[in-house]
Amino acid sequence: MEQILANGVYLGSQYAMIALGLTLIFALMNVLNFAHGQMYVIGGFVTYTIYGQWGVPFVLALVMSCVTLAILGALIEKFLFAPVIKGSAREESTMLLAAGIAFFLDAVILLVFGEKQRGVPKIVDGVFNWDFRIIMPYDRILICMLAILSIVAFIGLMQYTKTGRALRALAQDRTAAQLMGVNVDRYSMIGFALGAMLAGLVGGLLVTITGVNLGMGGPTSIKAFMMVMIGGAGVISGAIWGGIILGFMEAIGLALLYQYGDITYLLIFVSLMIFLAIRPQGLMGKPWG
Amino acid sequence: MQRRSLMKAALTAATLTAFGATAAFAENPVLKIGFVGVTSGPAAAWGISNQRSMEARAAWINETGGYTIGDTTYDIEIVSFDDQKDPKRAIAGMEKMAQEGIHYVVGPNVDDGAAAVRPVAESNGIMYFPYAFPKELYQAPASNAVLGMVANYQSGPAIYKYLMENEGVKTVAFIAANESDPLSQRDGGVEAAEALGLEVVSASVTYQVDTTDFTPVLTPVMRAQPDLLVLSGVSPANAPQLIRSARELGFQGLISTETAQDAGVLAEGAGDLANGFISVGGASTPELASPMMNEFVQRYTDMFGEYNDESNTKVYALEYILETLKADPSAITDVDAFQATMDTFEAPNPYMNGDAKLRYVGMSSFGQRRQVAVPLVVNVYQDGAFETLFVAEVD
Repeated sequence: MEQILANGVYLGSQYAMIALGLTLIFALMNVLNFAHGQMYVIGGFVTYTIYGQWGVPFVLALVMSCVTLAILGALIEKFLFAPVIKGSAREESTMLLAAGIAFFLDAVILLVFGEKQRGVPKIVDGVFNWDFRIIMPYDRILICMLAILSIVAFIGLMQYTKTGRALRALAQDRTAAQLMGVNVDRYSMIGFALGAMLAGLVGGLLVTITGVNLGMGGPTSIKAFMMVMIGGAGVISGAIWGGIILGFMEAIGLALLYQYGDITYLLIFVSLMIFLAIRPQGLMGKPWG
Repeated sequence: MQRRSLMKAALTAATLTAFGATAAFAENPVLKIGFVGVTSGPAAAWGISNQRSMEARAAWINETGGYTIGDTTYDIEIVSFDDQKDPKRAIAGMEKMAQEGIHYVVGPNVDDGAAAVRPVAESNGIMYFPYAFPKELYQAPASNAVLGMVANYQSGPAIYKYLMENEGVKTVAFIAANESDPLSQRDGGVEAAEALGLEVVSASVTYQVDTTDFTPVLTPVMRAQPDLLVLSGVSPANAPQLIRSARELGFQGLISTETAQDAGVLAEGAGDLANGFISVGGASTPELASPMMNEFVQRYTDMFGEYNDESNTKVYALEYILETLKADPSAITDVDAFQATMDTFEAPNPYMNGDAKLRYVGMSSFGQRRQVAVPLVVNVYQDGAFETLFVAEVD
């Protein structure tokens, strides 16, 4: 049981981080960013290149991943999403654009980083073993703690800074925020950059554990959407709870249901369908949007 | 005036260059060979190593004057199609090959794709070389598929037997991705292990193909403490993570797979934890690789920046096609002639030291010669490179 709890905490923390960026972008711009997984993958590859290939310290590589993705996110918002949102009232326009960006980034990743699975040297050696009740490599413990710290820092940024207040105002009511003097265009770009940066951060953190490859983008986006749907689209606390719930469901399912084959995700999807039928707005979402 | 002369000279030079280039390109007629396989998504590494092996070899042939079949010397052109591991796309790819008049295709990479293209291939006179294991693809009445590698039901028993005799392995556990290829390979492995007298202590654990963290997946398997953990049909992307998680969970036994792997990927993803990992490879270890194999590796590396060890097994299909066509030039447009030639075809294996031969096998497994005789080279990973554990042949 202890091992299941430990796995659940670890999976939950990394999933929550993946979902945070996606839900932030949705909250601010009502955009379902299908390219979120690809941004995560690029973050992983940037850290792989800078830390794994060039030998630059891991923390610096992580910062470079965040900066790269923040710039990429800002450019994507300014030159792609902002014009489409202004020019089209139909929500599917941004969905199609996001899907197109996902395919484009997949192609770019293949060209630049190749088709192989990539990994980096462990940042901490050794395994924590508590009498075989909990076995957890130290690097996972460190990444889990860093993920939790990042989530706390993100919440702090959103709660206690001027930028965070502006972003929250934008998420609550775009028109009202504009009337109160918030520069909507500027903060939309900052918000998108922040969401992409979170994807880059988690990609850079997890490349030390899971490695990274070209094909991880799509499945990562799907998992992120599941977490957002569980927690409630566009709600920061919802994304965190969605990640933690999915992490624990996965850890418990894999530990207890293994003898029945791979039915964990089948049950998760069935549960999700039933849950959404009862509460379509998710745990923390509001029915009116 | 001077400017006009300069423009005329430039125009003439450009025309001559263009003409020269065209003339050089048109010097040899072109023989098109197709590739239909997965070159995008999570399994991209499988198909890309296929495609790049073919492109590297074709470029090498063309650079050295072309390939002579009968009285004609051809330049080789590789026509590729990404089936995205989707059977519907694989059918579309094979139809494209038929429309282009191509009779020889390498791929698809997976079971369902290889099964889906069979009607298209057979009705359009296309011989295809899948990397998929279902026996019905190669047994009569199927006629046009040729297995391009060693199947797991051929390599698995050889590996298990070797480990029983040399390492005292008595118990085995299997883990596979929840997909048709790995699951069928797991079932074949379980059957082979039981037939050899091994005790199968775990075979029900599977994982989603997009899993990135294998610690929760492997925890129940580790409780069984097998002597040997078999990663059935594992992709090169998942192998290092599985090995790493198993070792970090305290697993001390042997780990093996029947798929080809890449030493660089293992080194990056699992480091020293991958030492002792057993997999199936080609003729790339120093003692087996011929000078031609070494040159192929060098050319591939120069062309694409990095070699992929999976190509050790994937370099063969194009060579078999061309050598068989050389043995019977009428087979260029007549696959019946190709099939007839397969029964008696034999040529030196240029990629392996010694007297190894290129020939078609498969009588034991399929009742007809529908498999290329690539060497069954079982490798063990050690400190960043593969070492040959043993070499066997498939009949």
